[in-house]
Amino acid sequence: MNKALAILGKDVLSELRSKEIVVSILFFALLVIVVFNFAFDPGEDTVKLVAPGVLWVAFTFAGVLGLNRTFAVEKEKGCLEGLMLCPVDRAIIYWGKMAVSFIFMLAVEAVITPIFLLLFDLPLFVPELALIAVLATVGFVSVGTLFSALAASTRSRDILLPILFFPIVIPVIISAVEATQVAFDGKAFSDMVSWLGIMGAFDAVFLVVSTLVFEFVIEE
Amino acid sequence: MSKRLYNLLLAFSFVLMIAALYLIFIYAPAEKEMGDIQRIFYFHVPLAWIAFLAFAVVFVGSILYLWKRESKWDMLAQSSAEIGVVFTTLVLVTGPIWARPVWGTWWEWEPRLTSSLVLWFTYLAYLLVRSYASEESMGARFAAVLGIVGFVNVPIVYLSVNLWRTQHPPHLVNNLDGSMLLTLQVSLAAFTALYVLLMYHSVSIRKLAGRVRYLKRLMEEREG
Repeated sequence: MNKALAILGKDVLSELRSKEIVVSILFFALLVIVVFNFAFDPGEDTVKLVAPGVLWVAFTFAGVLGLNRTFAVEKEKGCLEGLMLCPVDRAIIYWGKMAVSFIFMLAVEAVITPIFLLLFDLPLFVPELALIAVLATVGFVSVGTLFSALAASTRSRDILLPILFFPIVIPVIISAVEATQVAFDGKAFSDMVSWLGIMGAFDAVFLVVSTLVFEFVIEE
Repeated sequence: MSKRLYNLLLAFSFVLMIAALYLIFIYAPAEKEMGDIQRIFYFHVPLAWIAFLAFAVVFVGSILYLWKRESKWDMLAQSSAEIGVVFTTLVLVTGPIWARPVWGTWWEWEPRLTSSLVLWFTYLAYLLVRSYASEESMGARFAAVLGIVGFVNVPIVYLSVNLWRTQHPPHLVNNLDGSMLLTLQVSLAAFTALYVLLMYHSVSIRKLAGRVRYLKRLMEEREG
C-alpha cells in the first residue's frame, strides 16, 4: 500500500512541476465541449437531451489522452525499466499508476463540470454527479491503466489505446450518460440506482481482472 | 488429428450442410407472419451461437497461454478469434437483412445487436493488437490479455445495453414449431462441424507457419 502511494506521490510531484498532463487534458475537454456546442447548437429544448452525452464524450476523450501519457512518460525516459526493477509486486505498480490517473481525471472533471453546467445553462447544484463521476472514473482508469501500459510498449500507441479502450468501456459510458440524464431531469435517486450498480459491477470486475493480468503486460 | 478422422469430419460436415440446406429451404414451412424471410433465422441464430462459443474458446485459450506459455494455446485462441469475428460479421449482416422487412429498419440500437457490435469491435481489436507488437511473443501476450478482458466484459455489456433498449424477438426457440426446431438443430450442428473444421485448418496453418519460420532461421544461421 505504501509502495503504491510512493508511485502516486512521485507522479503527482512531477505533474505539479511540469503541469503537462492535467492542464492539457483540461484544455482538451473544454475544447470538445465547445466543439459539440457548435455541432448541436443546443437550444433550450435540445440541451437536456444532448448535455449528458456531450459531458461524457468530453471526459472519455480527455481520459484517453491522459491515460496515453501515464505510461508514455515512463517509456520515453527509460523510467519503466527502473520502476520494474523496484522490489515490488507488479500489481503495486498498477495500483499506483491507476491512482494517479484517477486523481488527474477527477481533478479535470471537477473543474470542467461546473463550467459545463454554466455554459449549457443547467442546474448548478447536482450532487449526484459526484458519485457518478467517481464510479465512472474508476471504471475508466481500471481498464485504461492496463491498456495504457500495453499500448506504451508498442509502435503507434496513440491509436492503439482508443481502439482497445472504447469497446471495453462502453458499459461505463452508457451507464454514466443515463445516470447523468436522470440527475439533470431531477428525477428520484432510485431511478439511477441500476445504472450506478452496473458501473459498480464493472469497477469491481475490472479492478480484480486488471490486477491479475497486469504483470503480463509489462513483462520484458 | 489423423487423416482418417479428418476425412470423417469432412464427410460429416458436408452431409450436415446439405441436410441443413434442404431442411431450411424445402422442408421447413414458411413462417405465418414473416414469410420466407424468417428462414434467415436458421443461419443467423447458429452463427451467433457459434461466434459466442468461439470467443469462449479464445478466453480459455488466452488463460492457458498466459499460464503455460505454450504457443499451441495462443494458436488456438487466435484461430478461434478469427473465425468468431467472421461469424459475428455474418451475424451483423444477416440481422439487418431480416430486420428491414420485419421491423422496417436495417438497424436498431437494441441489446443483442448492440452487444454483437461491441463484441465485433472487441475481437477486431484482439486481432489488431498483435500487429502492433514488436515481437511475436509480446503480441501473443497482449492478445491473451485482451482475450480475457474482452470476454469478462460480455455479461456487463449485455446487462447495460439490455437496461438501455429492448426490441429483439425474445427466445423464439422455446415456442418453435417441431419442424422448425429440427431445422434449427441440424443447422446448428452443421455450423458447429464447420467451426471445428475451420479451427483444424487454421491451427494447422499456424503450426506450419511456425515451422517454416523456424527452418528459415536455421538456414540463415547456417549460411551466416
